[in-house]
Amino acid sequence: MKAVVTVMPKPAILDPAGVATGQAMEHLGLHGVRSVRIGKSIEIEVEGASEQQLHEIAHDLLSNPVVEDYKLTIL
Amino acid sequence: MRAAVIQFPGSNCDTDCQAALTSFPGVEADLVWHKETSLAGYDAVILPGGFSYGDYLRCGSIARFSPIMTAVRHAASTGVLVLGICNGFQILCEAGLLPGTLMRNSGLLFRCEHRFLRVENTATPFTSSFELGAVLDLPIAHGEGNYFADPETLQALNANNQVLLRYAEADGNISVAANPNGSLENIAGICSHGRNVFGLMPHPERVCDLLLGGTDGRGIFESMIDAVSSVRA
Repeated sequence: MKAVVTVMPKPAILDPAGVATGQAMEHLGLHGVRSVRIGKSIEIEVEGASEQQLHEIAHDLLSNPVVEDYKLTIL
Repeated sequence: MRAAVIQFPGSNCDTDCQAALTSFPGVEADLVWHKETSLAGYDAVILPGGFSYGDYLRCGSIARFSPIMTAVRHAASTGVLVLGICNGFQILCEAGLLPGTLMRNSGLLFRCEHRFLRVENTATPFTSSFELGAVLDLPIAHGEGNYFADPETLQALNANNQVLLRYAEADGNISVAANPNGSLENIAGICSHGRNVFGLMPHPERVCDLLLGGTDGRGIFESMIDAVSSVRA
């Protein structure tokens, strides 16, 4: 089984790295940048796991629910 | 007092903590590898600073699943003093032993410098030797010390006097300028509802000897020793 977990900062959370990266885009001539948010993409290959187990791992280990949301995609 | 200093792969303030603790008469401090599973017989547990597991994924996120953490959780639930310094604070938050989390510093810089901290509550086993409102001079060294909690959690922390240290100016004034990392309400250290778990970003173990530039950190360890001996008495 292959899966991808995408972890993103929650919308209400300031992402300073995203803001700095957006400013760099402006410097490079990409005008009108309204928002840049930086997260993580985690690719998993696993034998015999259930979708429920992957949700638990994504919630407990791969993301911090205080400040991050995750999305699990089974490929 | 008998203390356990937990060593995770990537801890780098473990022997500093041990040296600071054993500079007090009658204090024993053992280094305990993270694969151990028991903390029986210890009065205090220290999670030291460093970069456990290389800070991979998030600071403290992998260390919180180390075998020793089951024993740390058990110790905390039985009233044993648990002190998390810097990376140790991050691990305690990831483990859910303290609320909230430590995010990337708002200025993106790793801040390695001395800062002033105001003592906000002295009715705890970690701060009893200070005067209320005392201003301490402690070093910080972190890239992820930007404390965040949702509004309900923050309100509860304040209502229960769980904020023990805030970044301040030399005169004790709490200001945006005194905040090195964007931390909510200048929070630098919080304790648990039961008062026996304390996490802080500054490094008290680095200022326990005049040869190292200060002794403002000693009061935290003195308070712990007092608390342990009063329980025994």
